Amino acid sequence: MTIDWPHFTPGSALAGGILIGLAAAWLILEEGRILGAAGLLGGLIPPRSGDWQWRALALLGLIVSPLVARFLFAPAAPVIEANAATLIVGGLLVGFGTRLGNGCTSGHGVCGLARLSPRSFAATATFMAAGFLTVFLVRHFV
Amino acid sequence: MSRASPFLVGLLFGIGLCLASMTSASKVLAFLDLGGAWDPSLGFVMGGAIAVAFVAFRIAARRGLSISGGPLHLPTMRTIDARLVGGSLLFGAGWGLVGLCPGPAIADIGFLDRRAALFVLAMAAGMALYSGLAAVPAEPAAEAALDG
Repeated sequence: MTIDWPHFTPGSALAGGILIGLAAAWLILEEGRILGAAGLLGGLIPPRSGDWQWRALALLGLIVSPLVARFLFAPAAPVIEANAATLIVGGLLVGFGTRLGNGCTSGHGVCGLARLSPRSFAATATFMAAGFLTVFLVRHFV
Repeated sequence: MSRASPFLVGLLFGIGLCLASMTSASKVLAFLDLGGAWDPSLGFVMGGAIAVAFVAFRIAARRGLSISGGPLHLPTMRTIDARLVGGSLLFGAGWGLVGLCPGPAIADIGFLDRRAALFVLAMAAGMALYSGLAAVPAEPAAEAALDG
């Protein structure tokens, strides 16, 4: 393994992580809810009476965040290299998988680990391992 | 429930993702590529987020109620079962294929990125497919069972 020092950005990564942690802190302390992006969207499919408003508002905040970030710093434009077929297959896997497994990188990976949940440790170890393996196969094997 | 706080939570979450450049699939894939030039940044994002959230969850557990006066909606399931592991395997495979997980993918819509929009549409379709299949056997208390 070689570390990609020129692209390694520990300062902004840690600062961004702290903001994500503060968002999760705010939601659990103020509303008693766990911050999970897959859960936010998945809870709208289908929407449930009395439960969809806060999810829709949180998703709206997430969607407008790049526009607001531009007033604070220069956010890097996203670089997404996958072709249309890969985007569709990947999106289906992420959507179905996060609902079956009840969480994603934020719900299990951040909030679950912060709660010391054994289920979330198992989920995070599993999706990390699957992510590492998939990238290894795609980049170094196929 | 107030209107402002869920919106501001989403906004803060997304600004954090932007600051950490987790909105770029290439940055995430550079973390997942242990066999290439490895960029450990995502580990620092997780570490920072978990450290802050760890304190918040302990405070919330001690309080027992949210500031808005309601109960804490915490997951009730305890068992590590095939659904949890299987779902996480599928999720990890899709994450590794594209480099996007749900939060960054949704935030990338705000950059007017067409690839992210296609990915989010497919992701919503995958969730709808799950909801359709899960609706067949009765699932009581589905909301309380959500981990996140």
